[in-house]
Amino acid sequence: MADAAIHGHEHEDNRGFFTRWFMSTNHKDIGLLYLVVSALVGFISVTLTVYMRLELMHPGVQYMCLEGARFIADASADCTPNGHLWNVMITYHGVLMMFFVVIPALFGGFGNYFMPLQIGAPDMAFPRMNNLSFWLYVAGTSLGIASMLTPGGNDQLGSGVGWVLYPPLSTSEGGMSMDLAIFAVHVSGASSILGAINMITTFLNMRAPGMTLFKVPLFSWSIFVTSWLILLSLPVLAGAITMLLTDRNFGTTFFDPAGGGDPILYQHILWFFGHPEVYIIVLPGFGIISHVISTFSRKPVFGYLPMVWAIIAIGVLGFVVWAHHMYTVGMSLTQQSYFMLATMVIAVPTGVKVFSWIATMWGGSIEFKTPMLWAFGFLFLFTVGGVTGVVLSQAAVDRAYHDTYYVIAHFHYVMSLGAVFAIFAGVYYYFSKMTGRAYPEWAGKLHFWMMFIGANVTFFPQHFLGRQGMPRRYIDYPEAFAYWNEISSYGAFLSFASFVFFIGIVVYTLLAGARDTRANPWNEYADTLEWTLPSPPPEHTFEILPKQEEWDKSHAH
Amino acid sequence: MAHVKNHDYHILTPSVWPLLASVFAFIMLFGAVLFFHDSGPWVMLIGFVGVLYVMFGWWAETIKENGAGDHTPVVLIGLRYGFILFITSEVMFFAAWFWSFFKHAMYPMGPMSPLQDAQWPPAGIETFDPWHLPLINTLILLCSGAAATWAHHALAHENNRRDLKNGLILSVALGLIFTVFQAYEYSHAAFGFSGNIYGANFFMATGFHGFHVIVGTIFLFICYLRARRGHFTQESHLGFEAAAWYWHFVDVVWLFLFAAVYIWGG
Repeated sequence: MADAAIHGHEHEDNRGFFTRWFMSTNHKDIGLLYLVVSALVGFISVTLTVYMRLELMHPGVQYMCLEGARFIADASADCTPNGHLWNVMITYHGVLMMFFVVIPALFGGFGNYFMPLQIGAPDMAFPRMNNLSFWLYVAGTSLGIASMLTPGGNDQLGSGVGWVLYPPLSTSEGGMSMDLAIFAVHVSGASSILGAINMITTFLNMRAPGMTLFKVPLFSWSIFVTSWLILLSLPVLAGAITMLLTDRNFGTTFFDPAGGGDPILYQHILWFFGHPEVYIIVLPGFGIISHVISTFSRKPVFGYLPMVWAIIAIGVLGFVVWAHHMYTVGMSLTQQSYFMLATMVIAVPTGVKVFSWIATMWGGSIEFKTPMLWAFGFLFLFTVGGVTGVVLSQAAVDRAYHDTYYVIAHFHYVMSLGAVFAIFAGVYYYFSKMTGRAYPEWAGKLHFWMMFIGANVTFFPQHFLGRQGMPRRYIDYPEAFAYWNEISSYGAFLSFASFVFFIGIVVYTLLAGARDTRANPWNEYADTLEWTLPSPPPEHTFEILPKQEEWDKSHAH
Repeated sequence: MAHVKNHDYHILTPSVWPLLASVFAFIMLFGAVLFFHDSGPWVMLIGFVGVLYVMFGWWAETIKENGAGDHTPVVLIGLRYGFILFITSEVMFFAAWFWSFFKHAMYPMGPMSPLQDAQWPPAGIETFDPWHLPLINTLILLCSGAAATWAHHALAHENNRRDLKNGLILSVALGLIFTVFQAYEYSHAAFGFSGNIYGANFFMATGFHGFHVIVGTIFLFICYLRARRGHFTQESHLGFEAAAWYWHFVDVVWLFLFAAVYIWGG
């Protein structure tokens, strides 16, 4: 623990509560704030899905009634299906998860907390702007939640337009709700862009002496590439939703054919952002998984350099494949062929990563601690999602699968089971580092198995539903789809139970968990700089910059 | 050992500005939605004034920190990176508006779309003659950029503070004239903002550019005030450098607008 003695300057932390959490300029505190708020928003968003799965459990509409939303089915009372309520549920589940849960947790939370630590920086490049990113995220979330609760279309609350906000639905939806949702996305975009500027500058300007670019740990690399994706794609989305805003409120006709506009244009601009967004969500997860797998296999990560270049390649390719989300809008055959080929190319760098993870484990001394279970789950499920992605990339096959539950299953395998598993891997991997307390190992494992089984039971049957032709975004379905829908709903309930259990683990560990202030609770393969610090790290870290021998454990790459 | 450090990075003390900024941003945007739905502009304006107040307070503090010597060479490099990245994001914002413009100009929508394109500019739209006021405005903006460069040259190579101030005030004045001319042009447009795609593209693209001109003019004016107060040295004048970069970015966007929207698409 000699390192800890060097970097852990014990000095009194005499900041007040308000100063510490509301006026913070400390990347570790801001990272924690991001994690906590994204968990809260995640809980809201997950609750919406449980209600959706409840409704879909049986054919017919039993819960989302115009007579009033119910939580207990009542066959004796009338129930007129309330499609708007359903649409509101799917919209806010998507918007919240996309913009206000996964990015803030991975990029804002883990990125803020651990990227500066891994590169040995005393803080972020712009610590005050860092806090602006966080509070703008809170402001955006507030606008988003407000949007759900203010008058929208069909004389009801909220907007039911889908998270992609396609016109003409989004331009004709009545009420204030839609405008609030647009501003929510603007503000969260501004927050992410400022965060990206901060991360890139920190990465380029504040690496520890001797840490050349290709010695930077993989998680920090993934945050760096993610930042570029955010920086280059989110402003384009801001333009697109500004067009929606003026179409709605000032009579412009960007997306209205009656005035010479084109609704397909919106889809192009949205997906020019939306596809990089997919990688914005998952790349930081890749970074975390690399460290977890290396630690618990007791081997350095296999093929560091190809791993870095694969991240970069995925980032670059992410920008040139967007229209594979729109095969059915009437693009020319040439366009479809190009987007199909370009999309399949992404499977190459992704394959490099997956096989490198497997090769890292190969011949290693694998230890199934909770974070490693999540990483294993990630590896398997993300690969399943990746494989269905290759299926969907075929323009011809997509004719059959477009807007079916097959697509739902695909992107939940990469996001809900990919990115979210990576978040949980990170939470368990870093929990004692961040809090100085250890979670009960059995509880973490139980949480994993509940979630693993629950999520698979939820989403695997949706492949079958998609292949049977069940379209997405509907409140009801014919009898023929009943069997797998019921099973899928059971899975959702189990997943929800696992999330509630997780919150219980966190609260228990924070209040009564065993103290574990060791700098490195794992092993010598957790060899990045954050493991040289005491747990939890002091207010200021690396006031004396780390020396090269503290982190440079390997030969030059 | 507390607070001993061997690095030159800038560790900031806690600050209330980010929180205030976000609160006011929320009020402003919520107010804007109320305003769109016929509830009067007051909430929005309160939020807007608050945002301006935070900008003023925050950046004044940054300038003070600069005077106090917090901006070491490595911090200055970081600030440069940060500003360049900010401009990069602005470029991508304009990409969206150019995307919409080029799409509609190259594949205009009509009753037979997509089998047969309609015409551009759309039927019944009378566009501006690019070789009139738009050309004059182009020259004005380029001259303004040259004046900013003159000011920078005077400071960086000769430490000539008189020419620094003259160059800055000249570029601010030309920026203002550009804005006035642009407003004059808008008031004489033969097409409306709403109801037709030409007007939507034209006014939103040139309008966002005009907004950036106004921001850049204010930025340069602040530099002028700072120059009068004796800020900026021959070696270190990052605020001014950033303003100049921003101004040239605004210039370049205009050149694209002039070439694409006014000449090619007009």
